[in-house]
Amino acid sequence: MIPRSPGKVRAKITHALERGSEKSIALASSPGDGYFSGSMSPVPSRNQSPGTALSFDAIFAKVQVRFPAAGAGSAPNGARWIEVPAPQALDVANFLKGDPDLSFDSLCCLSGIDLLRFPAPEKDGPTSDALVCAYDLQSMKHRHELMVKVCAPRPKPEVPSVESVWGVAGYFEREIFDLLGVEFPGHHDLRRILTPQDWVGHPLRKDYVYPEAYGGVALKREGQTFESGPYK
Amino acid sequence: MNVEREGDYITLSMGPHHPATHGVLRLEVTTDGEVIRACKPDIGYLHRSIEKIGEFLEWYQFVPYTDRVDYVCSMNSNHAWVCAVETLLACSEETKLAIPERAEYIRILFAELNRISSHMVGLGSMTMDMGAFTPFLHALSQREFINDIFEKTCGARLTYNYMCVGGLVRDLHPGAEEEIRAMLKGLERAMIDFNRLISSNNIFKARLAGVAAVSAEDAVSYGLVGPNLRGSGIDFDLRRDKPYGLYGRFQFEVPVGKAYAGSEGRLGDCYDRYVVRLLEVLESIRICRQALDQMPPASGVEDDLVGGWCVAKAAQKALRKPPVGEVYFRCENPRGETGYHIVSDGTKFPYRIKIRTGSFTAMSIFEKLVPGLMIADLVALIGSFDIVLPEVDR
Repeated sequence: MIPRSPGKVRAKITHALERGSEKSIALASSPGDGYFSGSMSPVPSRNQSPGTALSFDAIFAKVQVRFPAAGAGSAPNGARWIEVPAPQALDVANFLKGDPDLSFDSLCCLSGIDLLRFPAPEKDGPTSDALVCAYDLQSMKHRHELMVKVCAPRPKPEVPSVESVWGVAGYFEREIFDLLGVEFPGHHDLRRILTPQDWVGHPLRKDYVYPEAYGGVALKREGQTFESGPYK
Repeated sequence: MNVEREGDYITLSMGPHHPATHGVLRLEVTTDGEVIRACKPDIGYLHRSIEKIGEFLEWYQFVPYTDRVDYVCSMNSNHAWVCAVETLLACSEETKLAIPERAEYIRILFAELNRISSHMVGLGSMTMDMGAFTPFLHALSQREFINDIFEKTCGARLTYNYMCVGGLVRDLHPGAEEEIRAMLKGLERAMIDFNRLISSNNIFKARLAGVAAVSAEDAVSYGLVGPNLRGSGIDFDLRRDKPYGLYGRFQFEVPVGKAYAGSEGRLGDCYDRYVVRLLEVLESIRICRQALDQMPPASGVEDDLVGGWCVAKAAQKALRKPPVGEVYFRCENPRGETGYHIVSDGTKFPYRIKIRTGSFTAMSIFEKLVPGLMIADLVALIGSFDIVLPEVDR
């Protein structure tokens, strides 16, 4: 049975509906004001940045005071990041989240990058065959963003798990372990996540060798070869 | 996870072909009677290695693959990818593209229409999971009208491949603006009906109120995004707080959960996530109307910076030699933040594409959130998170 009396939510929603249609009617009848007239001044949003956002340099200065080994990196397109030695990754993560001026409470993305075929940067960038974990962080409180990179050298790539800092990191780390073969000591359940548990190799590595067959099913046509790189 | 061994536990495999898991998701649940003591999601059944395929394709060839990342909101996925590539190109003066204004408005218009149709699937299938079939049909019939408009403009009903770097594949079809206005009017009436039909239904409410409440702290830490994050009371929307495209020109509100279910509800429960989606549809209708009002008329010339739809030549030239570097671009999709972390080595092939999707990160909270729920509540939880499995597995 549908309750006849308007519930709380229903009242809210119908109110929102009425308000929406009233506005559009008002705008249509008075084309002189606001965005309808084509003046199109950006509407100030309700939730502007609180004004406590720090610039990259300020964040980097704060990190470097505490961790002198941290360095700043940049790409030719203007992207900037903080480079952290792998053994310190967990401490830096705790600091970035815990410091009240930084409070990076949200890990937006954690991506693994294999630098094997990447053209060597002019300056002292990451060593050319390293596996890199790039942490894209954001602070809900201050609304600033930061990219942190941790290089894991190729023969035995290891980065301490930051699962205890950001819960979501557990899944991202499993994905990187699966597709790029980086180990995350301290992870509670480091297993393959997207490929089957008995898969061989790490597909997103640039030197990945495509398997001939999986579970008795051929994966290549006869005579077909895959190069690990784009067809140029 | 430590499971206390008292009583008889049974380990069940829920899925991968369970109708309530919205795709091929397998949940390994350890149950004590009807109560779940542990839950381990098993994902990857739909893994198509889209990120690896992208390394073999040129920048513009990747657009159809973004359709398949999340096929319920392909327009939004297209939008995220082309904006990410355009952000990369904008880093250098030589490759910077000036997108025609009309194209930008059509992008937002279609992204919002696709958001509505995606929420229709989300809301509809959620009500169906709760045992109400009629609202599902109401919601899906509205989605058909939106698909009709998309089909007339770009020829496809599900995977559109409509946006490209530099603009759009083609302009709106003749008469589209009137059709969309008429459709929005009908949609508004349909939303009132939908709301009257199910929102305050006692059984529906009782199934959702107070179930699987996510605290604001957990929501941020476990990477919940979009309506799931806002359902937990956090007022954050990328369209408003980090506007991309022309979103800065629109006026809309960001619905936030506030324990809507009343006395038996809790902040961040399934009912809050449901209401946030419902209200978001109304806000999307507002944005669509504003986009239609503000949109410059079609000039009929493709390359026109005001009324055209694409700067294809400039885009092709720029994509042959994009800047070297990295971009992390975030976009507000129906299932929350979709991020593209792109690494470019200056060639016409991307060096690395990482796709961050809202559903994948939403899966990470299951192990923590599910223990203690009833099995039937798990179905409500999956429905309220609006998980789309191709997006989880990519």
